[in-house]
Amino acid sequence: MYLAKIYVTYKPSILDPKGETVKDALHRMEYADVQDVVMGKYFEIKLDNSDVNQVAKEVEAFSQQLLINVNMEVFRYELEKIEG
Amino acid sequence: MKAAVITFPGSNCDYDMYYALHDEFGIETTIIPATTTDLSAYDAIFLPGGFSYGDYLRTGAIARFSPVMDALITANQQGKIIVGICNGFQILTEAGLLPGALQTNIQPGFICDETGLTIANATTTFTNAFETPTIKLPIAHGEGNYYVDEAQLAELQGNNQILFAYTDNPNGSVANIAGVMNKAGNVFGMMPHPERAVDELLGNTDGRAFFQSILASLATHLEVSNV
Repeated sequence: MYLAKIYVTYKPSILDPKGETVKDALHRMEYADVQDVVMGKYFEIKLDNSDVNQVAKEVEAFSQQLLINVNMEVFRYELEKIEG
Repeated sequence: MKAAVITFPGSNCDYDMYYALHDEFGIETTIIPATTTDLSAYDAIFLPGGFSYGDYLRTGAIARFSPVMDALITANQQGKIIVGICNGFQILTEAGLLPGALQTNIQPGFICDETGLTIANATTTFTNAFETPTIKLPIAHGEGNYYVDEAQLAELQGNNQILFAYTDNPNGSVANIAGVMNKAGNVFGMMPHPERAVDELLGNTDGRAFFQSILASLATHLEVSNV
């Protein structure tokens, strides 16, 4: 069994209005050293499969197909072996 | 003409669209669920506004995997008219039937207002009946900020696929784009709501020409097919 931790964020070229709004709020709270805020999505997906290569292949495929919009977003992931 | 309005779980403008098509223009219209797998009976298919699948994940992302979408792709291959309004537009981009993507409005918040539009191309299936260069239509969306990269924008402009542009760009869309058509000219999506502007009672009838355009195109098309 594997736990996939998948992080989805906007491509750097895409304006992130939610991240910008949070950054403005942090500045209003006087955290003047806050340079940049990226707001994304986080998924934890359990896969009942012991073949790590196959798990990686699946995670990459379904992330591209469903979890991200390839026009605007990118993803990265970690795989963690867990007890079934 | 036979029209279908597809209801996804969370659609909320399906009856607005039905009312416009059926009650205002007398079109034989059926509301069908997203579990439908056969659209062969219809000449035109409308994807209404709303919040399909709660807009979970991204607007339109989950709807794109509904059973009806395979039938919609078949209908597209047959050159049938496919229209997506608001959430329907978002679904069509997610499905790859229209280019680009819709993202969060540039200013935070849901906009419910009336916006000015220019008709950028008045010679299409969806715009041929417009008689004025600018109109007003209602908008209601939180994620209407249309995005395409520079290469895609150049292609849209080169092929005259941009049909409507905002006069004041309320959501930050690239090149003020409010509505685009596919290259083949049979699939169209827009964020504003023409179906909410078809009756004097609603205080705006600028949306009528959108439906009149489709009716006029289809009448010509059906005549040609029947020869």
